[in-house]
Amino acid sequence: MNLLHLSREVQWVLGGIAVLLVVATAAAWLLQRRRPQADYRELTQRINAWWVMVAVFAAALALGPTWSIVFFAFVSFLALKEFLSLIPTRRADRRVLFWAYLTVPVQYWWVADGYFSMFVLFIPVWGLFIVTARMVLMQETRDFLRAIGTLQWGMLTTVFALSHVAYLLVLPGQTGGPGEGAGLVVYLVLLTELNDVAQYVWGKSLGRRKIVPTVSPGKTFEGLLGGIVTTTVMAVLLAPLLTPLDRWQAVAAGLMIGMGGFLGDITISSVKRDIGVKDSGTLIAGHGGVLDRVNSLMATAPLFFHFIRFFHY
Amino acid sequence: MIRALRWLFFAVLVRGIVLVVLGLNVRHRERLPQGGPAILAANHNSHLDTLVLISLLPLSLLPRIRPVAAADYFLRNRWVGWFATRIIGIIPIARARSRPDEDLLAPVQQALERGDIVLFFPEGSRGEPERFKPLKSGIARLVERCPAVPVYPVYLHGLGKALPKGEALLVPFFLDVFVGQPLGFGGDRDGFMAAYRASMDALAAEGGFPPWE
Repeated sequence: MNLLHLSREVQWVLGGIAVLLVVATAAAWLLQRRRPQADYRELTQRINAWWVMVAVFAAALALGPTWSIVFFAFVSFLALKEFLSLIPTRRADRRVLFWAYLTVPVQYWWVADGYFSMFVLFIPVWGLFIVTARMVLMQETRDFLRAIGTLQWGMLTTVFALSHVAYLLVLPGQTGGPGEGAGLVVYLVLLTELNDVAQYVWGKSLGRRKIVPTVSPGKTFEGLLGGIVTTTVMAVLLAPLLTPLDRWQAVAAGLMIGMGGFLGDITISSVKRDIGVKDSGTLIAGHGGVLDRVNSLMATAPLFFHFIRFFHY
Repeated sequence: MIRALRWLFFAVLVRGIVLVVLGLNVRHRERLPQGGPAILAANHNSHLDTLVLISLLPLSLLPRIRPVAAADYFLRNRWVGWFATRIIGIIPIARARSRPDEDLLAPVQQALERGDIVLFFPEGSRGEPERFKPLKSGIARLVERCPAVPVYPVYLHGLGKALPKGEALLVPFFLDVFVGQPLGFGGDRDGFMAAYRASMDALAAEGGFPPWE
């Protein structure tokens, strides 16, 4: 595999993630040995799924920006498909949904092309216009508002928001040499996922006061706070390796990712609670569906993207 | 040659469409048969139903899998007929007797006696998307003749959305597949039909999907 697309620093960080996973795998194995009567299958399943996800993510990045963009387009497609399969759609809208799927390749085409203005306005302006027009022409007015609202929201989160991760790869004005964009992607994705795990672990070990009990009874103030602090510390430590952020900007990025990740997470929890399902799918063993995994990223990606673009690109 | 073509078609094209473009959420996969003879009896909303059922089983069983399909529809011309019998591997059966003593189910019975896995749609034909049609009793008559063969109820959801009858445009949706406990014949046709119907209703209730309107 051609690792030239990745800077030395990114390779080190990916190596660090691998070490972390080795430790997690060994810990789960030891736990199971120590307490054979307890069931650690879900933990093991989750860690194994992390191995697969990290491997695929790292491989996509190592293959260079084009393949990374194709990879993120595929993730958007899976997330949109999961969303449209989850929500109640109308029979009349079958063809409208097809048009919504078409926004995925088009949006990622603007990313690959580095066409910034189209990347920013395509979904909110053109996507909204075309999909609305197509739906109106179906002439089904019953539940129209619900149908157009849910579809637009799905496109904005699963396609538009997620595509910001990919655009980090082609941000103009990169002076850090090849692989600078990949560094930004690794920084954002690693911190977002780490924040999820940290909030979960802090919540499990110290969690007392529930924060949004009707949406997600497992979430606590202690978990949120511990997660944000952990994420911010990591943001400051990793910033010089992967980004041009200075120390205070890294603190701001860490706070933003910690808070944004939490909100993205409970947003999808709200959607699932509304529909009455526990997991958004079964694609990732132990984790649920794709939306369960990218929920935080759909919130953190646009925030981080515009933050770093404002200060550095 | 045909075998290799059939394998390629299912291993690459069909699995690509079913697992990547669409995507399966399979509940109770462990209940599926490990080999024949067996009957998978599913609800029928789309041509893709057959392809999804075939994708549920390992490729090593592919030569054993035989979907039962209407001869008048699938043998309507040479090309469709060749594709349906050679590549899909259907057992074509007539829907109406041409002679009063014609045994319409004989080819299916022979396949089961050879140890094949037969795919059967008790509703007869594809109905309204995401709705049960009244069941025909063909499945009961078949099991009465092969009482040792287990029948696996399979409830499919989502294909009526992805590719309903009369549509040519495939729209991606995750599909839900619920596999039921195998049923035996039990002695009488009405009792078998009631048990099958009850199992399918229970599987559908497990999904709890809202009607598609």
